[in-house]
Amino acid sequence: MSLPSNFARRRHRQKIQEWVIENLLFIAGSLSVLITFAILWVLIYESVQFFSTVSIIEFLTGTEWTPLFANPHYGILPLLSGTFVSTLVALIVAIPLGLTAAIYLSEFAPSGLRETVKPCLELLSGVPTVVYGYFALLIVTPALQKTIPDLPGFNLLSAGIVIGIMIVPYISSVSEDALRSVPQTLRDGSLALGASRFETALKVVFPAAFSGVAAGVVLGLSRAVGETMVVAIAAGLQPNLTLDPREPAATITAYIVQVALGDLPHGSLQYQTIFAAGLALVTLTLVFNLAAHMLRRRYRERY
Amino acid sequence: MSSVSSHPQSLKRHGISRRQLYENLFLVCGFMATLIGILMMLALVASLAHDGIARIAPDFFANFPSRHSEKAGILAAWVGSLLVILVTALTSIPIGIAAAVYLEEYAGQNWLTEIIEINVANLAGVPSIIYGLLALGLFVYQFGFGNSILTAGLTLALLILPIIIVATREAIRSIPSSLRDAAYAMGATRWRMIADHLLPYSSPGILTGVIIGLSRAIGETAPLITIGALTFIAFLPPAPVQTEFPFISFAWLGSPFTVMPIQMFNWVSRPDPAFQQNAAAAGLVLLLMTLAMNGFAIALRYRLRKSLVW
Amino acid sequence: MNTATARTRPDPLPNPMAIDSIKIAARQIEVYYGSKRALHGIDLDIYAKSVTALIGPSGCGKSTFLRCINRMNDTIATCRTTGEVLLDGENIYDSAVDVVRLRARVGMVFQKPNPFPKSIYDNVAYGPRIHGIAKSRAQLDEIVQESLERASLWKEVKDRLNDLGTGLSGGQQQRLCIARAIAVSPEVILMDEPCSSLDPIATAKVEELIGELMENYTIIIVTHSMQQAARVSQRTAFFHLGDLVEVGDTEKIFTNPQDERTHGYITGRFG
Repeated sequence: MSLPSNFARRRHRQKIQEWVIENLLFIAGSLSVLITFAILWVLIYESVQFFSTVSIIEFLTGTEWTPLFANPHYGILPLLSGTFVSTLVALIVAIPLGLTAAIYLSEFAPSGLRETVKPCLELLSGVPTVVYGYFALLIVTPALQKTIPDLPGFNLLSAGIVIGIMIVPYISSVSEDALRSVPQTLRDGSLALGASRFETALKVVFPAAFSGVAAGVVLGLSRAVGETMVVAIAAGLQPNLTLDPREPAATITAYIVQVALGDLPHGSLQYQTIFAAGLALVTLTLVFNLAAHMLRRRYRERY
Repeated sequence: MSSVSSHPQSLKRHGISRRQLYENLFLVCGFMATLIGILMMLALVASLAHDGIARIAPDFFANFPSRHSEKAGILAAWVGSLLVILVTALTSIPIGIAAAVYLEEYAGQNWLTEIIEINVANLAGVPSIIYGLLALGLFVYQFGFGNSILTAGLTLALLILPIIIVATREAIRSIPSSLRDAAYAMGATRWRMIADHLLPYSSPGILTGVIIGLSRAIGETAPLITIGALTFIAFLPPAPVQTEFPFISFAWLGSPFTVMPIQMFNWVSRPDPAFQQNAAAAGLVLLLMTLAMNGFAIALRYRLRKSLVW
Repeated sequence: MNTATARTRPDPLPNPMAIDSIKIAARQIEVYYGSKRALHGIDLDIYAKSVTALIGPSGCGKSTFLRCINRMNDTIATCRTTGEVLLDGENIYDSAVDVVRLRARVGMVFQKPNPFPKSIYDNVAYGPRIHGIAKSRAQLDEIVQESLERASLWKEVKDRLNDLGTGLSGGQQQRLCIARAIAVSPEVILMDEPCSSLDPIATAKVEELIGELMENYTIIIVTHSMQQAARVSQRTAFFHLGDLVEVGDTEKIFTNPQDERTHGYITGRFG
């Protein structure tokens, strides 16, 4: 059978089609690079304008953040302290829970249990953050008020606890993968010496998987730093330079929300403050994401 | 050298050793820690239901927000959510799949590809509010879209793009090369192989990623507040479909709007406990919706993994 | 199920101190992986302070049998063991037995060296630490040094005890694993093809070590190399398809085997 007579023409058309499609796909693929550039461009552009009015020194070291007042101050430290405290509380909650769950699932749980629990933990990370915020404000805070007298209605503690529960899946899932990929022969070596399964898990498997576990923790940390609605709802929107989680305070993210809720003339200094705050936030999360990526790579190299 | 067994001693246990105690303690703690997911979910649903179920009634879904809590409803909110998600889906799905196909099937092993992959991974970890800032500067002002449904849809599309790309890539990767070879051997060009074979076979996996992404988009609040979504909307955007020529209108794309999570946020921020009841009701609807979508996607992926027959 | 000729009373051992002292006695050991039977009714005596070699073609069950002696088969979910293994007359499969204590008395060295990703010192100190053997840091140092000396590794690593154990060469890693096993002063050392991933020089060193260890420990070694079995062991047991076919004095097994299958394996007709 010979090829049909218009085969050459069809092939030519096909080649053009393939070329067009490949380039379209390439554009779609490189969009992610464009997005990153766009984010950096928007943030830097507005921040540069902001820093032409406000000095960077004042921004980084000032202890008052009152850009909307008549006598404005632009020190970001109160926002940083709010982010820091809420994240710290979140990690104190999430790391023990996440690691215990990860070690249990990896080293002890029967596979049937593992298959049921993992999707449940995944579901947890799909819950809208406003719902978590509601929970923090109207359930956790009243419950805490029963044990901590004088706890204000807005406080960083409730927000931190709820954020902690929210990031448990991030920590436990990555840590569990790291633990499971430790070679069985290491466990056998420890068991053969007369160690119990728990001792083996704690003293041999966990240290061996450490950088993978650390990557999971840093991932959760980054997520906690970027969280907005839980703190906006439950910790209040008042910047407050404090290390006491029982106080209300605003995080970098909550501030941006507060300003966006109000009326903002485009191009005003107040408008630019949210971009400066955003730039600070992106810098933080970028550093954390990079650290997590490198930790994960170092872990993969070992095995 | 002293040892455990310098004199052969009995192998038998004498009661519970301390190490065994620690192990048993850990087993209990570990099991409880894994339950945290289920427990938290139950607590969320229970508290929302307890506080808000009284408010769930047909008029809740059919009313606009109002200063009077008993009359306030989520009509504008859920219609807004629907329209925004429509824009998000129509934008992110084609672009996400296209990007994933490019990375898996066309891209070479060079520095450009690596940069693209690093960026996708990085964007997945950017806080959602940053996307709001991006949209504010770019879509609202630079492009002049204003705080409209179009802007909101595009913002969320950018947000969930990494999710769709990663899910699609994984779905495509799980197709064995023997199937591609079969298509090539028939004389198919690369795109024909992708369109006729690869994508149809990976569609369940892609669908899973899409559902998870869209469910995430429905629940997002911060980026939409940032672009200026209003919290009190007492009107509906113009309908996309009209009774008179040209039958399809795009006016709704430029309309101001609100979405479900913002409505809930607005109500929860009010000190009046009656509005908090509304918030709980709205939250219940939102939570059940996202749980249903996520649950469906997870079940789909699970069934997929079991029934993979090549 | 043994052939009729297998269960002969062995000749007296070269080491007069160990005559008639049976350290380990296996009685009717059967092992199942799921529904598949891997070992068929093994009866075997192991004499104290000697080296016993287990040989046979691959898949014959010799490693499985070895792992019965320190109950490492327990870690495999689908594995089921019936029968008895008596250690100094006590059945290790008794339900009241603490497996942890058993493994402190019966140590194991694996086919591929598996040092922990910890320092050399911490590798050797691991066993003593978890069993609470050392009462002080000085005592622990002593134990580590003595174990490394007995494993012929001390001179090579004494100046770098804090280096990672995984950074050593293959042969050194295996001697480290032996030192690690010795550190808890076991009575028995099980070795599962310990030289199969080592080069000839490292192998020679480990074989020399086995000869020295024999004076203080009972050693059971699984090996696929008949030459190695002939070099290091006093008694040899030949396994085939899950049966213990023949056991006896090493020299006799290799020069005058009783069973036809043993003869076939030794002359290279199969396996």
